[in-house]
Amino acid sequence: MSRSMLDLWVGFFVAIGIAAILFLALKVGNLVSFGATPGYRLEAAFDNIGGLKLRAPVKAAGVVVGRVERIRFDTKTYQAVVTMKIDEGNKFTADTIASVLTSGLLGEVYVGLDVGGDTKMLDDGARIGKTQSAVVLEKLIGQFLFDKAAAGAGK
Amino acid sequence: MPSADLGAVAGSLRRLGGLVTDHLERLGYSARFFVAVVANTPAAFRRLHLTLREIYFSGVLSLVIILISGLFVGMVLALQGFDVLQRYGADQSLGVLVALSLVRELGPVVAGLLFASRAGSAITAEIGLMKATEQLAAMEMMAVDPLARVVTPRFWGGVISMPLLAALFSTLGVFGAYIVGVRLIGIDAGAFWGNMQSAVDFQKDVLNGVIKSVVFGVAVSLIAVFEGYNAKPTAEGVSSATTRTVVLSSLAILALDFVLTVFMFRGVA
Repeated sequence: MSRSMLDLWVGFFVAIGIAAILFLALKVGNLVSFGATPGYRLEAAFDNIGGLKLRAPVKAAGVVVGRVERIRFDTKTYQAVVTMKIDEGNKFTADTIASVLTSGLLGEVYVGLDVGGDTKMLDDGARIGKTQSAVVLEKLIGQFLFDKAAAGAGK
Repeated sequence: MPSADLGAVAGSLRRLGGLVTDHLERLGYSARFFVAVVANTPAAFRRLHLTLREIYFSGVLSLVIILISGLFVGMVLALQGFDVLQRYGADQSLGVLVALSLVRELGPVVAGLLFASRAGSAITAEIGLMKATEQLAAMEMMAVDPLARVVTPRFWGGVISMPLLAALFSTLGVFGAYIVGVRLIGIDAGAFWGNMQSAVDFQKDVLNGVIKSVVFGVAVSLIAVFEGYNAKPTAEGVSSATTRTVVLSSLAILALDFVLTVFMFRGVA
């Protein structure tokens, strides 16, 4: 095999090898998210987000309409402010309720949007007013035990 | 105690001691050999086309086996992973399972094992045969250092090829899992990629996988050139050296993988 042909093959091999490392870094490891879909942002403040993570899905009627982009703690209100990126074309009414939900007992945590009946729509950067926090299982059990004890004492 | 029994015990002790010192000597010699290879690197890189040729033989010609194996390993992982995950309603995490197992372990290890049997054995056989046909001795007669001319390019060819092959293996594996998981089984593509991206860390997972594959590349290439260079210059010697390369490389990969994993993922859930 001639030397230039050999160089060509080696160059091709090294190029696709580096492309593979880049693919692992960017697409699998998500070093930088690329291929950003067009969309707009909505904010929602929760008292407790439970196990919500970045890039968790945002679902309306069970359909994924966006992803959680940013989670931060508001030191003024002591609430978690979740910024969601909603895919283009999905509009939500101004009285939409956002809640942190879990699919199944061990499933992923996601934000559910329940649409109301308002005629006004939420714009880019708008804050969802009505929110429902994540259900923390320990608190629920504690509440249940407390209610049981209270019911027992009342007899 | 009868003296015959004592003699037998002493004999077996002597054999055991001889075995240990032989292996220790070989280990020390291989370390010296490694230093010599590294010392010859500048001389070898001055004739870069020699190393490029070895990248062609070790890397490019291993592409087909690596790509096809990666694709099938990914597809099988997806099928098996889905079967277990769906019992817990966690089939959305299929991407995470496949990507983490490939990037952290299977990519470097399986690509390393394939590389050892495909390229390492070929290197050993080639160098061993050159020695058996006295080509290496002829080079020395012409004042050409066979370490710089034959051994070092093959070593670096393997070291450079290995991480690229491992990355390609992982990439094709993820792609195979995508075909089976998303196209055939029908997992949501967004969940497949999204969960994968939120679980796979660049430094902790991808970079550590690349480091592993570099270490395996050094180990396999060193064993291959060492066994070839020190093969008995007979047909039998070359064949047993080739076998030793594959066996030793595979064991070295698996043992090194454990050591590296302990260092990299200790205490990491």
